[in-house]
Amino acid sequence: MSHPPRHSSMLSISNNVQTAATPSEKPLPPTQLQATSQTPPGLRVPSNRKTIYDRHLNRTRNGELSRASFAFLFGEMVTYAQRRVTGIQDLERRLNEQGYPLGLRLLDLLFYRTTSSTSSSALSSSSTSASPPNRPLRILPLLHLIHGPLWRQLFNRSADALEHSISPDTPNEYMITDNDPLVNTYISVPKEMNQLSCAAFVAGIIEGVCDGCGFEAKVSAHNQPSELWPSRTIFLLRFGDSVMEREKVLERAGVK
Amino acid sequence: MSYYFTILSPTDVPLFNIAFGTSKSGGDGIARFRFPEAAQNTYMTQFIIHSSLDMLEEAQWMGGNMYLKHIDTYPPASSYISAFLTPSGTRFLLLHQPPQPNLPPSSSSGPGGGSMSLSVTSGMGSSGLFGGSGSSSGRASSSSIAANPTSPQTEEAVRQFMTEVYENYVKTVMSPFYRRGMEVKSPVFRGKVSAAGRKWL
Repeated sequence: MSHPPRHSSMLSISNNVQTAATPSEKPLPPTQLQATSQTPPGLRVPSNRKTIYDRHLNRTRNGELSRASFAFLFGEMVTYAQRRVTGIQDLERRLNEQGYPLGLRLLDLLFYRTTSSTSSSALSSSSTSASPPNRPLRILPLLHLIHGPLWRQLFNRSADALEHSISPDTPNEYMITDNDPLVNTYISVPKEMNQLSCAAFVAGIIEGVCDGCGFEAKVSAHNQPSELWPSRTIFLLRFGDSVMEREKVLERAGVK
Repeated sequence: MSYYFTILSPTDVPLFNIAFGTSKSGGDGIARFRFPEAAQNTYMTQFIIHSSLDMLEEAQWMGGNMYLKHIDTYPPASSYISAFLTPSGTRFLLLHQPPQPNLPPSSSSGPGGGSMSLSVTSGMGSSGLFGGSGSSSGRASSSSIAANPTSPQTEEAVRQFMTEVYENYVKTVMSPFYRRGMEVKSPVFRGKVSAAGRKWL
C-alpha cells in the first residue's frame, strides 16, 4: 500500500467509525437513513465530513483555471493519448474519447446552473439564456446551446460562427467555427503531422453534449487557417439519419 | 400515500430506486403499497413504473421542459406516475399511490396526534371528485398532496422534489469516478433523496 500519510489517517478514522457502528445495530432501512447524523458502515468520508453532496455546485461557477496549468495538463493528455497510437486518426479518436464524458457532464451542469441562476439575478450578463432553459428538441436550439452557453462555460466567450452545410447532399452537416481555440494555443504540431488537430478533444466534448441530448452525431475538428487567424478551427457536426428523420417529424408537428 | 422513485439511464438501466411513504400530516415515512397480494409489493411498483416509459418517450419530444408532470396512470392500483427528464436523457420516475379511500389507512404505528388528521385526509380522498378540497386552509393544502394526486399542489411538490434530486444527481455525475450508466450506490445520495421526500412529499 502506498498511501500518503494523509490518506492513511483518513482510513483509520473511517475504520473507527465502522467498528463503532457495526456492533450497535444492523444498517437501518434505507428510508430512514439520516445522511448527516449517521455514517453507514463502509463509507469513507473525508476528515472534514464533507462529501461531494455537501458542496454547492455554483461555488466554482465563476472560478477560473490558470491558463498555464491547463496548458500543461492538456499537453500531458495529448502525450498520454499519443502512446501506442497507429496514426493521426487514432490519436484524434483517443482525444475525442477523452472529451466525450466531459460533454455529458457539462450538459447536466450547464442546465443546473442556468436553472438556479434564473432565480438569483447574479448572472444576468449572459443575455441569451435568461429564460428557464428547455431541453433542446430540434437541431438548431442544440447548436445555439453549444455555440453560446457551452462555449461560454468552457472558454468564457461564444464561438465565432455557426454554419449549415450549403451542399444539398449533406443537409445533416453543421459547422461551428472557433477562430482561436484555447486548446491549440500552446500546442505546436510537427510539420509531418499537419493533419492533426488537438481540438479533437473539444470535438469530443461537443459529441458528448449532442449525444446526451439524444442527437446522435459525429463531430470532428479541422484546421482551416486564414490569414487573420492562423489557428482557426472548424468543428464539423454530422448528425445521424435517425436525428434527421426525427427532425422532419418534429418540424411537421410544429415543435420548436 | 406511498411513493416509489426510480432513476433510469437513457438506455433504460435502473440506476437507483427507493420506496418511501409520506411524512406529511402524521405519516411515518414508510411505504405501504396496496396490491392484491403482499408478495407483489416488491415488483409490481417496478412493473408499473417501467411500463410508463413509452408514455415518457412520447412526451419527451413534445415539450422541452425537464419536469414532464404527471404522465401516466395505472388505474387498477390507482397509481400515478410523474416524470422528470435531465438534459442528458436520464429519467426520474416517481410512482405515487394515494391512501386507500375506504379503509382507514393502516397507520396504527404512526403518532397518535397525526392519525386523526390522516383519516380526515383519506376522507377527502374518497370523495376525490370534490374539486376544491385542497383550497381551504394551509393545513388542507399540505394534506391535499396525498388526497389528490393530480392537483397543482401535488405537481408543485413533486417538481420541488425532482429538482432537489436533480441537484444531487448532478453532483453524482460530476464525480470523476462516475461513468454514465453506473448504478448510484452512495448512501449519502440515498439519504439526500429520502430527505427530499420527507421535505416535499
